[in-house]
Amino acid sequence: MSTQLSEQIKKYVQPARVHRRIYTDPEIFELELQNIFGVAWLYLGHESQIEEPGNYLCTHMGRRPVVVVRDNDRSIKVIHNQCAHRGSMVVALPQGSADEFQCCYHGWTYHLDGRLKAIPLQNGYPADFDPKNPRTAMTKVPRVRSYRGFIFASLAPDGPSLEDSLGPMKTSLDDMVDRAPDGEIEVAGGAFRHAYNGNWKIYLENLCDAAHPWFTHRSSIDAAQKQADDVFSDGSGEIAIRQMRQNGAPYSFWESQVGIWTYPNGHSYLGDYHDDSKLVAAMNDPVFREYISALETKKGKQAAAEILKVRRWNSNIYPNLSMMSQFQQLRVIQPVSVNRTIVHTYSFRLRGAPDQMFRNTISFANIVNGTGSLVLTDDLEIYNRISLGLSSEGAEWLEIGRGFETDVPEEDGGRKGKNSTSEIYIRNMFDAWVAYMSNARSHDSEGKQARALS
Amino acid sequence: MNTGLHSHPLPSAGKTASATRQLSREICENFLVSEARLLDEARFDEWLALFLPDARYWVPSEPNQQSPHDTVSLMYDDRRLLETRVRRLSSPRIYSQEPRSRTSRIVTNVTIEEQSPAFCVVRSKFMMIEFRRDDQRVFGGTYHHHLTTARDEIRIAFKRIDLVNCDMPLDGLVVPF
Repeated sequence: MSTQLSEQIKKYVQPARVHRRIYTDPEIFELELQNIFGVAWLYLGHESQIEEPGNYLCTHMGRRPVVVVRDNDRSIKVIHNQCAHRGSMVVALPQGSADEFQCCYHGWTYHLDGRLKAIPLQNGYPADFDPKNPRTAMTKVPRVRSYRGFIFASLAPDGPSLEDSLGPMKTSLDDMVDRAPDGEIEVAGGAFRHAYNGNWKIYLENLCDAAHPWFTHRSSIDAAQKQADDVFSDGSGEIAIRQMRQNGAPYSFWESQVGIWTYPNGHSYLGDYHDDSKLVAAMNDPVFREYISALETKKGKQAAAEILKVRRWNSNIYPNLSMMSQFQQLRVIQPVSVNRTIVHTYSFRLRGAPDQMFRNTISFANIVNGTGSLVLTDDLEIYNRISLGLSSEGAEWLEIGRGFETDVPEEDGGRKGKNSTSEIYIRNMFDAWVAYMSNARSHDSEGKQARALS
Repeated sequence: MNTGLHSHPLPSAGKTASATRQLSREICENFLVSEARLLDEARFDEWLALFLPDARYWVPSEPNQQSPHDTVSLMYDDRRLLETRVRRLSSPRIYSQEPRSRTSRIVTNVTIEEQSPAFCVVRSKFMMIEFRRDDQRVFGGTYHHHLTTARDEIRIAFKRIDLVNCDMPLDGLVVPF
């Protein structure tokens, strides 16, 4: 990557505006894959998806396909999904269970941790061919770390620890887990995969945007407000309609009752959103009451109150993860090209919670993250339209300045917007973006790796 | 194939469905063709009127999905949500339909899977082309309709749509199948 580009990039981010090329330039996207997705701790999956030795799931680190696997010693390994012989993708199913991985081309067979186990037709290789040489393995991703069941990995062999990178945002992961009466959560209920023709950053920039629902979601807000409540519902429609009406809260609500917090490395959350009157599954809902009582029985009244006091809407962990704890939602962002993004969304079951809680989780997932949702479809339209707009050179700069002069520093190293309609979380992501993009560390590590293999 | 809800007869279907007269394959096929026409012509209010007051409309997210309650769905609407979905389609501010989709559907391979006193289970194959903005998408799969008669009109108690690509990364699905 040219030094010229690195220098230019700094000019593309100004205090309250950014240049359109950040979202449209294929060269910048390639540099993001190296300097951000090639370095940062990326969320890959949850331990409940690979509970037993041999369980694996396939995902991507940036554009690189990897396999996340539970090894025989129960440790978690992440290996590039690529045969050391001719480069073929070895593991073809999205998830499963295996004793070993075997390439379907010439039968090279690997241990779960990627080391070569056997090759057929061993004669005829060069004299120095050594099956124990790491270059004849499925390459290991150097750093893998799990925080309370959430599996992260980094392609950089060294750098800040996961805990240091998360900083105070660890509490959003805690919030996901602590809500389970039995103290454990599990991925359940399938997944949505939605795709749009637009840059990956647009998605994260929308998740904490409290100023868009009033406009973007107008059609579903209006339709839900007009809906008669005495029409048959098995509960699913009821939750969906409640959520759509909530999206129609006036600006005064967003400006007085909801806050936005941001932290180093691009992380942020929208908070204080839900309380007794605002929670979508309201506190006086019989299912929620039953859940609270299960939580109190397992954890004690005071601890349960502490847990439920955390009232966050979306928490975003830069650059590829977003969560919502009240309805146990998680989204993973997969950048495909500068103008194409896939988002995978998952639900969690709270172990020890009433069954109906999970049924509500599913209804909520359908309306908030569903590919055919009455809400998300208008967000996807916005992502596509931003790309269509930005493809023009008619306007060079995008505004990210709302709330710029009213940011408030926080004691724990974060910064808070004056209220939730501040674009501080976008500016905060760009602070991280500039730091990642101008850091030469990834080039060094790639260089080191290349030398080790030569 | 197990249609999920099919194996658990709709709990409240009996409230609004009268005893179904035997529906011939031809009558069912004509019904499906006219339903597809309503959708293609964006006559969504008339389409909604085909559903019983306690109907369910379901597009699973997984092949052979057993339940809409323990696994997410591309669409799962009870009558209340289906009404909201259809009302939204006529909103002048439905940005995901600006411009509107144009669709063309073919319904074929119609078979009657089951005749019960409450409803008739009809299986069919469909293909739908959707054109919008600069893009044309093709959807195909299997319909399962639970049809019944109410005041001599055929009504839908339950409709399940299994897309062959239900678990593929997809851009938004706005027009009903």
